[in-house]
Formats: sequence, C-alpha cells, structure tokens
Amino acid sequence: MEQNKVDAEHSLIKPQTLEEVRTMIRTHKRNDFIFSSIGLLTITFALLTLLILFVDLVMDGYPKLNYQFFTDFPSRRAANAGILSAWVGSSLIMLVTFITAVPMGVAAGVYLEEYAPKNWFTDIVEINVTNLAGVPSIIYGLLALGLFVYTFHLGQTIVTAGLTLGLLMLPIVIVSTREAIRSIPVAIREAAYAVGATKWQVVLHHVIQYSFGGILTGIIIGMARALGETAPIITVGALTFIAFLPPAPVTSVAPFISFEWLQSGFTVLPIQMFSWLSRPEHAFHINAAAAGAVIIMLTLVMNGTAIWLRYRIRKNIKW
Amino acid sequence: MAQNKLNIKAEAKNLNFFYADGTKALKDVSLPVYENKITALIGPSGCGKSTFLRCFNRMHDLYPGNRYEGQILLHPDNTNVLAKGVDPIEVRMRISMVFQKPNPFPKSIYENVAYGLRVRGERSKSAVDDKVEEALKGASLWNEVKDRLQDLAFNLSGGQQQRLCIARALATDPEIMLFDEPTSALDPIATVNIEELMSGLKNKLSILIVTHNMQQAARISDYTAYMYLGEMIEFDATDKIFTNPGRKETEDYITGKFG
Repeated sequence: MEQNKVDAEHSLIKPQTLEEVRTMIRTHKRNDFIFSSIGLLTITFALLTLLILFVDLVMDGYPKLNYQFFTDFPSRRAANAGILSAWVGSSLIMLVTFITAVPMGVAAGVYLEEYAPKNWFTDIVEINVTNLAGVPSIIYGLLALGLFVYTFHLGQTIVTAGLTLGLLMLPIVIVSTREAIRSIPVAIREAAYAVGATKWQVVLHHVIQYSFGGILTGIIIGMARALGETAPIITVGALTFIAFLPPAPVTSVAPFISFEWLQSGFTVLPIQMFSWLSRPEHAFHINAAAAGAVIIMLTLVMNGTAIWLRYRIRKNIKW
Repeated sequence: MAQNKLNIKAEAKNLNFFYADGTKALKDVSLPVYENKITALIGPSGCGKSTFLRCFNRMHDLYPGNRYEGQILLHPDNTNVLAKGVDPIEVRMRISMVFQKPNPFPKSIYENVAYGLRVRGERSKSAVDDKVEEALKGASLWNEVKDRLQDLAFNLSGGQQQRLCIARALATDPEIMLFDEPTSALDPIATVNIEELMSGLKNKLSILIVTHNMQQAARISDYTAYMYLGEMIEFDATDKIFTNPGRKETEDYITGKFG
C-alpha cells in the first residue's frame, strides 16, 4: 500500500538522463553569469557617473581650490571670493544639529525599541517616524519657518537653521538606532536579564554599547545629508551674501563661552554655491564648481568615516 | 532512608502557564526541586519543559502578555517566585540560568563573569577579582583563561564559552541554577566537560536541567521528570524512571517507541 504510494509520487517526476542534467546545470550557470554581468554593468555605470561629475567639478574649480578659497569672504570680485562664511556657517549649524538631533533621536529609538508597549499608539508613531524620513526637505523648511521663526521668534539665525536640519535628521537617527538595536540577538538580552539586570542596566551596559556602531553610522549619514540640504535652509532665511563671521563661541572674558553666535545670520556651503551659479559671469561658475567639490569631498569623508567606524566597532562583535 | 535527609529547595505547585496568544503551555504542573540534587526535565519537543524551566526565573516576564497561575515556592523563606509582589529581578538574583547556546556578552572574559556583580553594584575591585577567579575555578575554566582575562569572550571555543556562561551564572552565588539544554550546541568532549561540571556543582547548589538527551539525564541527574503536552506525566528518582517507570507513556518515551 505505502510502497505503491511512493512509486506513484516518483512517477510524477520525469526521470532525467545524465546529459539532460548537465544541460540544465549549464543553463542555470549561464543565468548566473547574465545576472552578475548586468549587476556589474549597473554599478559601474552609477559609480562612473558620480566619478565623472566629481572629476568635472574638481577640474572646473581647480584654479580656486587653494588655501585662500577657505579663508576669503564672498566678494563682488570672483577672484577674491571665498567660502569662509559658508563653511563656518555650515560647521556651526551642524554643531547645533548634532547637539539637538543625536540625543533626541537615540533616546527616541531606544524608547521605541526597549520601553514602549506594543499597541496602536506606538504603531502610529512608528509609521510616522518612517514617513518623516521620506518627507521632502522643503516641508521641513516651511514647518521650521512657522514654528521656529514666527512662533518661537528665534529669527533667521544659526539656531533656527540648526534646529531645522536637526528635525530633518531626527527620523534618520531614530530609524538607524532602532535597526541597530534590533540586530542584537535575543539571547544576549536574556543573558543580561538572567543575571538580574534591570531594564535600564540592560540598555546602558548592552543595548547602547552593542548598537553603537550602527547608531554612529546613522548619525554620520544623517549629518552628511543635512550638510548638503539647501531648500529648508533657504526657507528659514539663509543669507546669500555674508561678509562677516558669527561671534566667536569662546571669549577672552569670563565666562569664556558665548552663545551669541546662535543668534547670528548665516549662510551655508550649498547656498553659497547656488548663489555663485546664478551669477552670469563665468569666473563665479569656477567658484561654484570649487564649492561643489568641497561639499562632495566633505560628504565622501563623512560617509567613509562612517564605514570605517562601523567596521572597527563591529570587529569585536560577532553574531 | 536517604529520603529523609532531602530538603526541598523549591517546589512548583499546580502551575499553569499561558502565552500571550492564549496558548496554555503548562497544565497543572507540580514538581519538587531537591536541595543539592540534579533534577532533569525530559520529554519530546514542544512538551513545555523549557517553558516550565523559564518560569523559575520569571524569564517569561520579558515578553508582554504571558501569564502564570499557581505557585513556585522557594525555600527556606517560602517565597512564591510567581507572586505579583515579588520582583523578577530579585528572583533572578537567587536563581541563575545557563542557556541552550553559549551567549557570552561581546566583552572581555573578565567582564562577562563580573557582570552579575556589577549589576549588584559591587565596586570593590579586589572583591570582584576574587569572585571572578572563584567562579572561573568553579566552572573549570580558570586554568585555560587565567592569563588572558581581558581577551574577548568570543575568542573562546564553544565549550569554553558555555563554561564561561556557567561561571557568569555562578559568580553571584545562586541558590538554584537552571540549565536549558546546555550541551545541545556542543561537541561530545565539551559535553562531557559540562556534565562533569554540573555533577560537581550540585554540592553548592540545586540544579534543574532541561535536556533532549535521555542518556544525559540518566548519567547526571538524581531525579527525572517526564513531561508531555504541557503536563507532568511522571516524576521520580532517575534510576526508577529509567529502569522501572510507573507510567506507560514514560516507558514508551524512554525506550524510544515514541518521541
């Protein structure tokens, strides 16, 4: 009875000759080859485009890519114009962005992953956070204009711009924090609880430490994105021509630290580049290319650092 | 008889357990855990033996919606481990656990063993040093690692990692140690090491072990409980269970007719 059933099942599968099997394997291998070729081609195309763009920028901007370019204010004369106020503005804004978005984003990610009960409310929060990461940046600019400039009267200042980009970066930090935390195996968590650790001890001694590499990567990638953002910064009122620096954060009189720079007007690298591009004179286009090369280099350095840090930190963690 | 000298260290009384989805995983389970003895839980996959084990240190509390009914009394103070008013953290400080797969933290060997002490707020470096050494000796690992305590725990072999996990569970002087199939991920030689270790440990504490391996239960345990479909079918001295079981189901399982 049982034997018959097995035979019946076997008969459904056509017996294959060795030659047929070999032909089949050859077909499968050819498919393998075709797919990997297409993959290689696409990635080469993508990388080449970026490379050509970058090389083109560097070649165009080459005459301006010198020390002077970084220490000169913008000027009506293209030859004298530099990106001093732009890179200082970008750096200070990034500082504000970092200080606001990172603690909030990491805390929110840890809370959502470790503490929040799983119910409809956290489901809604989750959907929202994921969506926020995809909202066009100009929307953030409008929100910031209404909230920071008109409601809180923070003005068209560095602090407003920093908070705006912080808002933009927040969902990126939250999402990457949550993903990094999720990759920690349940077994490690249970091991910590089993010796009598409280939730906070587990978070502090394990969760944050083991997910640090992933969180850091998210932070740097978020910062790199914020650095290149133009739309929300224009919306909150960046200046396009600034020939002064914000007040120094460190002063010679007590208390030696000043926060006046937060109230200063500002410009940033992408805006500086844009304002040069919109000038008719060719000499300014050279400046724009140089500024573009600087932005791309900064982004590459930041992303490179992220990859290197992740590699360094993950080296000691195997699961 | 020897039976008279036995102390009950813990005892489950009419324990029912429900997972969050409503599944009743344990049905009216009762079991004594004798002091300084090894009690083995055997039974086919899905019979609830791991679920039962994880009730003892309230591991199920980590996941919302799980529910216990009944008692697990811890002697001599008669604390009901499952009571709402008893903090699971307090329970885990008294009853430690070793898991199926070695799960050391991605930290140094030293920090792995010291972690239970850190959690308790122990600050004295020399006290922690002493405890770490004692625990590593207790887990027969000291000689292999004493010169590289600051190495990452991941660099140890699987068997060494599991002994490290035992040392971690031992460092806080638990009253009971739970083992959840501690050798199922290990090779035969490492398994023998762990089994010898457990037999030595029972002088200090009481052991409850879940095992898939009936020979292992027969080799190391003093008492054996056979579970099936969330119920306690039979509990008795290991000799008795393996030579003259009282129930037909137990006999079928241990003779391999079933399971």
